[in-house]
Amino acid sequence: MALKIVKGSIDRMFDKNLQDLVRGIRNHKEDEAKYISTCIDEIKQELKQDNIAVKANAVCKLTYLQMLGYDVSWAAFNIVEVMSSSKFTYKRIGYLAASQCFHESTDVIMLTTNQIRKDLSSPNQYDTGVALTGLSCFVTPDLARDLANDIMTLMSHTKPYIRKKAVLIMYKVFLKYPESLRPAFPRLKEKLEDPDPGVQSAAVNVICELARRNPKNYLSLAPLFFKLMTSSTNNWVLIKIIKLFGALTPLEPRLGKKLIEPLTNLIHRIYLFFSQILHHLSAITLVCFSWLIAFLFFITVLISLSSGMPNHSASIQLCVQKLRILIEDSDQNLKYLGLLAMSKILKTHPKSVQSHKDLILQCLDDKDESIRLRALDLLYGMVSKKNLMEIVKKLMLHVDKAEGTTYRDELLTKIIDICSQSNYQYITNFEWYISILVELTRLEGTRHGHLIASQMLDVAIRVKAIRVFAVAQMATLLDNAHMLTGNTQRNGICEVLYAAAWICGEFSEHLENPMETLEAMLRPKVATLPGHIQAVYVQNAAKLFATVLKSQEGNTDSTTAQEASQLMIDRLPLFVQSANLEVQERASCILQLVKYIQKLQQKDVEVSEEVCALFAGELNPVAPKAQKKVPIPDGLDLDAWINEPPSESESEDEQPKAIFSKEEPKHSRPRHTEVDEKELARRREARKQEQANNPFYIKASPSSQKVYQETPGVEHIPVVQIDLSVPLKVPGLPMSDQYVKLEEERRQKERAEKKKKDKKKRKEKRSGRGKKHDSGPESEEDITPAHMVDIVTEEMPENALPSDDDERDPADPHKKSSKHKKKKQKREKEDKEKKKKKKHHHHHHHHGDKGGEESVQNGTVEEEEPLPRRLISVMLTFIFLFYSFDRKAYDIQGNLQDGSQVVVSVIFENKCDSFLKSMEFNVLDSLNSKLQRPEGSGPHDSLTIPFQLPPGVSNEARFVFTVQSIIMPQKLKGTLTFIVKNEESSTHEKLDFKLHFTCTSYLITTPCYSDAFAKLLESGDLKSSSIRLEGVNMPFHHLLARICFHHHFSVVERIDSCASMYSRSIQGHHVCLLVKISSQTVSVDAKCDEPTLLGNVLDEIKQTFSQC
Amino acid sequence: MQFMLLFSRQGKLRLQKWYVPLSDKEKKKITRELVQTVLARKPKMCSFLEWRDLKIVYKRYASLYFCCATEGQDNELITLEIIHRYVELLDKYFGSVCELDIIFNFEKAYFILDEFLLGGEAQETSKKNVLKAIEQADLLQERVNSVVPVHGPTSTSLSL
Repeated sequence: MALKIVKGSIDRMFDKNLQDLVRGIRNHKEDEAKYISTCIDEIKQELKQDNIAVKANAVCKLTYLQMLGYDVSWAAFNIVEVMSSSKFTYKRIGYLAASQCFHESTDVIMLTTNQIRKDLSSPNQYDTGVALTGLSCFVTPDLARDLANDIMTLMSHTKPYIRKKAVLIMYKVFLKYPESLRPAFPRLKEKLEDPDPGVQSAAVNVICELARRNPKNYLSLAPLFFKLMTSSTNNWVLIKIIKLFGALTPLEPRLGKKLIEPLTNLIHRIYLFFSQILHHLSAITLVCFSWLIAFLFFITVLISLSSGMPNHSASIQLCVQKLRILIEDSDQNLKYLGLLAMSKILKTHPKSVQSHKDLILQCLDDKDESIRLRALDLLYGMVSKKNLMEIVKKLMLHVDKAEGTTYRDELLTKIIDICSQSNYQYITNFEWYISILVELTRLEGTRHGHLIASQMLDVAIRVKAIRVFAVAQMATLLDNAHMLTGNTQRNGICEVLYAAAWICGEFSEHLENPMETLEAMLRPKVATLPGHIQAVYVQNAAKLFATVLKSQEGNTDSTTAQEASQLMIDRLPLFVQSANLEVQERASCILQLVKYIQKLQQKDVEVSEEVCALFAGELNPVAPKAQKKVPIPDGLDLDAWINEPPSESESEDEQPKAIFSKEEPKHSRPRHTEVDEKELARRREARKQEQANNPFYIKASPSSQKVYQETPGVEHIPVVQIDLSVPLKVPGLPMSDQYVKLEEERRQKERAEKKKKDKKKRKEKRSGRGKKHDSGPESEEDITPAHMVDIVTEEMPENALPSDDDERDPADPHKKSSKHKKKKQKREKEDKEKKKKKKHHHHHHHHGDKGGEESVQNGTVEEEEPLPRRLISVMLTFIFLFYSFDRKAYDIQGNLQDGSQVVVSVIFENKCDSFLKSMEFNVLDSLNSKLQRPEGSGPHDSLTIPFQLPPGVSNEARFVFTVQSIIMPQKLKGTLTFIVKNEESSTHEKLDFKLHFTCTSYLITTPCYSDAFAKLLESGDLKSSSIRLEGVNMPFHHLLARICFHHHFSVVERIDSCASMYSRSIQGHHVCLLVKISSQTVSVDAKCDEPTLLGNVLDEIKQTFSQC
Repeated sequence: MQFMLLFSRQGKLRLQKWYVPLSDKEKKKITRELVQTVLARKPKMCSFLEWRDLKIVYKRYASLYFCCATEGQDNELITLEIIHRYVELLDKYFGSVCELDIIFNFEKAYFILDEFLLGGEAQETSKKNVLKAIEQADLLQERVNSVVPVHGPTSTSLSL
């Protein structure tokens, strides 16, 4: 009560506090602006008073108004006043206001330096804290320079609260004042081992951010981070460190191998962490996906560790298969994350993602644009010669449907990216591609006219065979130009006319009716196009004119030639008047030329040859890297000084092996250029705006299509009735869809022919060679281009230096893979040849010695031999990692078989050079466990594995086992039979293996809350048992992680060196553990409702720890 | 993290924190565009979107949208967790927080955020420590009863 009275009096003392202001604003919804302007007047009055409390209150209100979007920069000085109050209450408000309102160009910041320095060294840690927080928002280069030393001192403050903040803010200081990095770095490094976890995590954060910008300089810290990774208990820190290693390993591949083990140990912890986040995210059902999210995170990290992981591709493939489930889920967040992860995998393992094309295409139909964009990213890597047309067709449909221009533009660029990638590698029919490009020109309002134009030019120039077709298309395009020029100012699509005009002019010899095209290019409407396009029009009209003259050569009737000259003379004056200098100059020059020609024509002089000579010669494309490849002439040393450099004593600055020696320029330079570029873009934008608004700026008439059609006097243009409500179709242009059909037919025909040929061959040769073509899916190489296409390579200077590295575009991850593929094919070929020889050899020497031959045969498949055994041991971790998931999958499908089913996923990897087929998997059933076989098959029949394995390929097969009792571990014997097939022979092979079903594998990680756990223990239904492990030499959390990971437990509670853990069997047995550690001795007290199961699980735990 | 915005379903800004120096004009422009973009999305859609060259992660709690912008390399889930932590902190501090709490005690909301994030990085991952720091700093303040109870009939808690 007393408090309220006090408060009331304080309130009265102030005119209006923040709450009153907020309330007032809410009560004056109609005249908010007016109300606020009176409030601002009041605030101005309050700021004039001497009472700091009144001032602080006013500043607080201003901060609120600032958020609402009102300008409060006029009060900057008052904010500084409040900041410098000695009372924490006001100081806090002052700094908050400063951090919200100040930015780099606020000039009063200069006045704050001393105040901030004073606050930083204040004995009150909260004063210091508030100053640091504020500083992090408005630090300027000047402040950073002046205060760097003070903050550096604070990094060793006695209070962790201050140390933590000081370390974090150092990052901002480094950014603003890079020179501070060198002196501060040793101390920063020291903070990585700070006793306080908060400070430690802050230091990790800062170094990770620094390393992200320039990883090379931080490689030396790897051992330290390695130590942190294995000892840190903070998940946030862990994830940062793992990301940091992701950046470091490409620089030091050896790191990758070293990381595998600790990472595997961490998987479970990260899993729990992510599951917690997913739990917050939405429904509980998501939790069952959380391991997957965690796993994805790891996979993406592991991929960046590249070479480090053994059996890499197998697990990747498995992961991609699991990702599919994620993407198919109805939850949009999971879908998004799944696609994101897939695009990361695509970068390194394009093959494994390609088989999920259907799913990705499906995602393109999603309502959510975020998802569609992710799916588009993935499409890029999935195209092949075979499916390109189909994919692009689908994308074209989307282009028609798309609503927002941004998404449509994105689609357009993706279509072009996809088609043009790696030098048009996947395009088999360029006629189709040209018609796709022409169809794209019908997009209204796209920004990418220029992109389409450059593609048209590129294809027409480099693919000679396509020119006739391209020219015809471009002529139609020019004829229908009015559709593209609707509103030139906003419409970037008119850029394609640039390409169309140039192609028609340059390759005019292919034109069917050059006269008509010439007429189209000289229409008055052309004058509304942008200047650079008009210039091309004029120049190419001249080329066309030359062609017309040439075609009329020797013709006794010279009317056509004369008509052409007359047309030029009639129309060109329009361009001579152009405001664009380029257009003007070209037009007047050509006009005079034509006038002269006309004179000659009237005298019946043959002129065509001379005119054609003007445009003779072919323009070849020049490679973008041509300049770089010009060889340096002998005797020219580019590095040698022309004049002696002025002597400078810089040597003392060069310190060897400084971690951040390169840091300084890296920080400052790119930032400046970035700013410059931004600034330039801004200015450009501003200029465009200005031009658009300037009535005196001459621009093309903004008449829209509709207006154009209505205007009289355009009868000479063959306007076809256009229904604007449907997508525009340019008359006379073939649709790309037709090509898809045609292409399919063509391929079918080809295939049929090939089959015939193959049959013949087989008959002749009696070898099973052709069979491969029939059985296997149509391979890339089988598809031949529609017509012989030679893609003209870009011109290089003579004696260009060959350098492979240069060629590779680092931004294009797929290029690498295609190259790789080629190499592989080549290798395969070589191998095949070698094999042939080898086989030959065998036949000679081991003829009649069957046993000997067999051993050799075994030798050749030796690489294959250890596969199942090793796989099963290696993959067991995966199998059982995925195992719990599979159970969930059953849950979802409502196919739960009362916990008596176990799904075993086995990865088969073909490590030999031969083709493996007809694989059959069989297991000798025991009384307890039976392999589930399809209905109608006997108890000893083997299961056919539904895939074949080409060399080096791996795939996953799953087998369902019915298990009756799960309390005992057991081993099942099995065999895998398969046919090894190579060039000339095929042999039947057999492999024996054992499947080990541990009791652990029947356990499912199930989270349990501590109260439920306590109840369970109290219930008294559980039998107990215990073991002791001696000489365990690892940190406790490692130990727990190991139990969690290998034995599918989850930690219920952990207190110091004692933890309770829980797991559940598939048949619903509860297993509870109490793990304690004291000086290398671990005692595990366990309780379970099934003593035999418990005993076996404990034995397995014991074994796990005896192995390490 | 580049910035964090809190806004209502009506598009009213409730809190803004910028970790990159931008002019007021730019901030306003970004806020306006982003609020529009996020509000236009349907409730079932995913929490992530690409906007300009930033990755936007947002989540809706009752009538309030919490929206963070990060650079490309940051983990989406961690950003979501940061948002959730912040809501939890607000909830602990105000006791079943609602939009009005944040409106009327907006400076407190900032103080909590500043103890949790610094310069766009999570500075303290322990909720207990954050709240402890805030409480102690509050103790230093003279006005003891500064949190005004505002639970009226219109307030709906952010339902954690």
